[in-house]
Amino acid sequence: MVTFLIRRLIAAIALLIIVSMVTFAIFFLVPRLTGATTADLASRYVGKSAGPQAIHEVEVRLGLNRPVAIQYWNFVKGIIIGAHYDFGPSKVYCGPPCFGYSFINQTPVWPDLLDRAPVTLSLAAGAAIIWVIFGVTAGVISALKRGTAIDRVSMGIALAGVSLPIFFTGLLSLAIFRDNLNWFPNAGTYVGLTQNPLQWASALALPWVTLAFLQAALYARLTRAGMLETMGEDYIRTARAKGLPERTVIVRHALRSTLTPVLTIFGLDLGILLGGAVLTESTFSLPGLGKFAIDSINNNDLPRVLGVVMVGAFFIVLCNLVVDILYAVVDPRVRLS
Amino acid sequence: MRRSIPLVATGLAASLALAACGGGSGGSGGSGGDGTFNAALTKPVNPSTKTGGTLRLANSGDWDNVDPADTYYAYSWDFARLYGRTLMMFKSVPGKSGTELTPDLAQGPGQHSADLKTWTYKLKPGIKYEDGTPVRAQDIKYDVERSLDKKVFPNGPTYFNDYLDLQGYTSPYNDKTPGKLGLKAIDTPDDQTIVFHLKKAFAAFDYFAMLPATMPVPPAKDTGANYKQHVVATGPYKFENYTPGKSMALVRNTNWDPSTDPNRKQLPDRIEVQLGINADDLDNRLINGSLDSDVVGTGVQAAAAAKIQSQARLKKNADAAPTARLWYTAISGDVAPFDNIHCRRAVEYAADKTAMQTAFGGPLSGGDVATHLMMPLIPGSKDINPYPSGPGNHGDIAKAKQELAACGKPNGFKTVLTARTERVKEVNGALALQQSLAKVGIQAEIKKFPQGDYFKLYAGKPEYVKKNGLGLIMMAWGADWPEGFGYLSQIVDSRVIRDAGNTNLGVKDPAVDKLVDQAAVTADATARNDLWAQIDAKVMDDAYIMPFLNVKGLLYRPPGVKNVFVNQGLNGLYDYAQMGVK
Amino acid sequence: MTQDQTEGSAPAGPKSFLDVRDLRIHFPTDDGLVKSVDGLSFQLERGRTLGIVGESGSGKSVTSLGLLGLHNRRNARVSGEIWLDGQEVVGASPEQVRRLRGRKMAMIFQDPLSSMHPLYTVGAQIIEAYRIHNDVSKQVARKHAIDMLGRVGIPQPDKRVDDYPHQFSGGMRQRAMIAMALSCDPELLIADEPTTALDVTVQAQILDLIRDLQEEFNSAVIMITHDLGVVAELSDDILVMYGGRCVEYGSADDIFHRPEHPYTWGLLGSMPRLDRDRSERLIPIKGSPPSLINVPVGCAFSPRCAYSELNQGRSETERPELREVAPGHRVACHLGREDRHRIWTEEIRPKL
Ligand SMILES: Nc1ncnc2c1ncn2[C@@H]1O[C@H](COP(=O)(O)OP(=O)(O)O)[C@@H](O)[C@H]1O
Ligand code: SF4
Ligand SMILES: [Mg+2]
Repeated sequence: MVTFLIRRLIAAIALLIIVSMVTFAIFFLVPRLTGATTADLASRYVGKSAGPQAIHEVEVRLGLNRPVAIQYWNFVKGIIIGAHYDFGPSKVYCGPPCFGYSFINQTPVWPDLLDRAPVTLSLAAGAAIIWVIFGVTAGVISALKRGTAIDRVSMGIALAGVSLPIFFTGLLSLAIFRDNLNWFPNAGTYVGLTQNPLQWASALALPWVTLAFLQAALYARLTRAGMLETMGEDYIRTARAKGLPERTVIVRHALRSTLTPVLTIFGLDLGILLGGAVLTESTFSLPGLGKFAIDSINNNDLPRVLGVVMVGAFFIVLCNLVVDILYAVVDPRVRLS
Repeated sequence: MRRSIPLVATGLAASLALAACGGGSGGSGGSGGDGTFNAALTKPVNPSTKTGGTLRLANSGDWDNVDPADTYYAYSWDFARLYGRTLMMFKSVPGKSGTELTPDLAQGPGQHSADLKTWTYKLKPGIKYEDGTPVRAQDIKYDVERSLDKKVFPNGPTYFNDYLDLQGYTSPYNDKTPGKLGLKAIDTPDDQTIVFHLKKAFAAFDYFAMLPATMPVPPAKDTGANYKQHVVATGPYKFENYTPGKSMALVRNTNWDPSTDPNRKQLPDRIEVQLGINADDLDNRLINGSLDSDVVGTGVQAAAAAKIQSQARLKKNADAAPTARLWYTAISGDVAPFDNIHCRRAVEYAADKTAMQTAFGGPLSGGDVATHLMMPLIPGSKDINPYPSGPGNHGDIAKAKQELAACGKPNGFKTVLTARTERVKEVNGALALQQSLAKVGIQAEIKKFPQGDYFKLYAGKPEYVKKNGLGLIMMAWGADWPEGFGYLSQIVDSRVIRDAGNTNLGVKDPAVDKLVDQAAVTADATARNDLWAQIDAKVMDDAYIMPFLNVKGLLYRPPGVKNVFVNQGLNGLYDYAQMGVK
Repeated sequence: MTQDQTEGSAPAGPKSFLDVRDLRIHFPTDDGLVKSVDGLSFQLERGRTLGIVGESGSGKSVTSLGLLGLHNRRNARVSGEIWLDGQEVVGASPEQVRRLRGRKMAMIFQDPLSSMHPLYTVGAQIIEAYRIHNDVSKQVARKHAIDMLGRVGIPQPDKRVDDYPHQFSGGMRQRAMIAMALSCDPELLIADEPTTALDVTVQAQILDLIRDLQEEFNSAVIMITHDLGVVAELSDDILVMYGGRCVEYGSADDIFHRPEHPYTWGLLGSMPRLDRDRSERLIPIKGSPPSLINVPVGCAFSPRCAYSELNQGRSETERPELREVAPGHRVACHLGREDRHRIWTEEIRPKL
């Protein structure tokens, strides 16, 4: 177990390094390879009508004129030992882990990421609870009532959920539940949990449900398929032959097997979501990591893009690791070695 | 302001969502108020002097910067007037007078030397910062010095860099003189006087004195790039908090003295701005009354525009505000056969401007068909139409063919038409142009480029344009301020053309350059504005630019908002300095 | 096993421990009605073993699941009567049948790997089976489980009890299955092809084990198999099934030494026998088992039967009833008595 953990940890770090290199290459190296000069790149970060001198100064300040390898090395160095940045009147030290300074806002990236993470965490956690409960329940009921009206209705809803985009269901839910019914007047904003838990929940209710609707639909289909397969397994017949009550057969035997693969997918989904639920956050104006990512990409704010990609990759790797461990716990056939 | 905020295109979804809920009554939206359509263009709607309440603003993105040394968006300038004062400012009134300058911190317009190279302003006495300390002329100088430092403040305009006699001065942060006031180009003989020394004559300097860079910054409070966290207020409101990308709150500045400031009111107790709000949702919230104004003010999204146009109860709360922004197609004289003026003129005649207008949202949320560069709100603008494009502005094919014949291409030719990929309306406009050109045999192949690099790597890079034969370039241009120089200099003066990043996409006429120089040294405003009108006419005659749309923004003012009107000096935005909610 | 009823006389009540009467299990499907079991009757006493033999697809498993009441009422139509120790199963409520399962009647399945839950330990699965029917603490149940594992011959049962099924070998898994099935002392044990998934040496061990345990527990055992060899030594009586019906029924002695049905002859012919040379002993029945949707009119076996022409077309038109040909020996075939004896003694037996 310990060696397994150490091995996975090393692999995770290696993966993060590769991700950072690839991201770095995409944003810093590829433009150069496609013919842009370093001054061209710097000219993204100046106002209109800025002269060559101004562009050159920005180029120097942002370090864009240096070889990409050196820029990458400085990036890594910043994360490990911190870095100094020119703020005008004084140099400012940015302590480790320093993910650099925003090219646009000139604020350090790391505190911004820390500031955004709780929003995404709130969104993902709340939505995850809803979608797991509803998705799995709907899937199990559908499977058990296969072919009945309940099955058809819930699978119809699930199909709608899978095929409707979030920005559609999101705006629709805002129009109905906020604007027409006035149930969640503060939907479309974000209030911190520690600031006001009630406001937090009411502001997030619609995003939770909207995101959960999409995911629950996927999970319902997944669970239904898994459940149908499991219910046909020989060991379910054995459980019945032992004289177990049907409920025990379903919950202890069928559900347990069905949920094991669902758990894996859940872990991956959660990891991706924690890296930023881009569409949900944009639709509901939630200042989370996803919104941060899309804004940063739109602004060409490379340090922020790098930072948020790293955080996203971190969450995915982390969730993968947790899933692997959990899987080994719930499925004795998987060995941790 | 050329830069614009990228938005995720969610228009279709929003229109569906709105259609689905069209019947419902949207909270407080739609009822009350005494507005009619376009009422706020000519007078304050819901006039009120009552104080109190919270003005709730929202921004679909974030400011370019709230630091006065580092901002270029018109809406940022408009908003900055809430917390900061500059030497001069646009009058805070509705209608055409909004484009006139009026003194703010200064006692009167600048006093200039005979050679128009020295400009002197005297400050009003008794003006204080939010902490009660007096504002000094040196503090204005200090902020201008800061704005010169493009390393720390890359966003703002470069007029002071270009016109002040810098003598090598780069930044107060490299300034070794005590007090960091080493810039020789600005004198402060006393705390109340500031004197600007230019390296070349410039008659319209009062417009420079209106720039946010003349907002005083106390050097002791300057934290460079971090200063935006708390800009020290001289206006009626001061920062309570600002979290970039999330939110901002302003509260009353008790050290603001209304007797020194006839241009601003201090009605709401608080001003809150939510940042990063989904653009379509922002519109919905304006309509349901849970927001008071969209601080960016470029107009509602397509979905809300459709709703406003179809519902009278909403339309009466809307204004189609004229802006100093023009959509046009640049015609590259460097790319054959457009080196021949007749081929350029053929495009001017052939374009179906009505179809292009439709592509941009029609008369209400798109704008008016343009026939020349200077829109009516620019002082001195003369309404000319050198290339009438037929009945209904659908293009004059006969005239176009004549010009083609004169150009030696009676059967037309092939060329390339560029647009920015992300801009749906621009691409649709290009398609409309492509179709109308096809009618006279000009086959324009549309090429799309990413907007972030449009000027820097492609359409604004002469070498690329020539090599790839980009004959027609879709382009929008907004005035830095509504006046000939602030509007035209960057797009018609051939001497601003650089290797890349150009906004003058090929207007190269020595006669135009000469007129520009002449305007710079003409002290009399009327005569000067007339020169700009001549420049407009000359560029049109050269046919380097095919204007087609004077942009209007369809703005929505919820009925609960008081004292709301469009300020034409601020690019057709609602004037935040006077708004109230009680 | 006694056979004391004459044809047509309706019995008043069950006299045997297990009494199955005219059991029919039909599945309505999109393609038609699948008559997997169609009018099966037999009796079985405690301490006795009945072998049910037939090719795969003849309805053996459907029968066994029917006995346990495991068919889903939504897709299976079950009719007839199953009397178990005086209690009727077909008409009983699902809850009543559930209480019988595992306690009064238990089952050993064909594939012990897929028949055990992969995510629970062997012990947990035995404990669970025991505790449904016995109100005991976990510790007591665990002791019992270890004890059961020991009795079915699992070494170090106190350790292996915490192993997962995948950690057991095939034979051990089947032993564990048997331990689980026997954990509640069932009076009826149904073993559905208990050795098919195992290799030959293990097969014999498992069969020995079942026989030993039966003696010990004195339970009634139904041994289902497609392989006559398996039931040869184990069974008291043998029921030969074809196309969902019984075609021959008799004591093991009758079936092996005086079989009268052509299908039984075929089964005997294809039975591997250790005392014969490999090339000679396997004579497969030609053709394949009938579709249970369109069972041939007349005798279901007629398309494959070498003697169907000997009956003036009755084999193709009239279904042969199960008739007693000797006490306790019943056959469903139109062939005349002499023909059957002649064919057996002259044609079939010499080849076996
Ligand atoms: N649930 C079901 N629905 C339809 N047909 C079934 C079902 N269960 C079994 N059958 C059919 O019944 C027949 C007998 O199956 P089975 O009893 O498993 O044969 P075997 O004698 O090999 O155990 C087969 O043809 C099978 O396809
Ligand atoms: S009835 Fe006819 S077909 Fe059927 S087994 Fe007897 S002889 Fe063969
Ligand atoms: Mg079977």
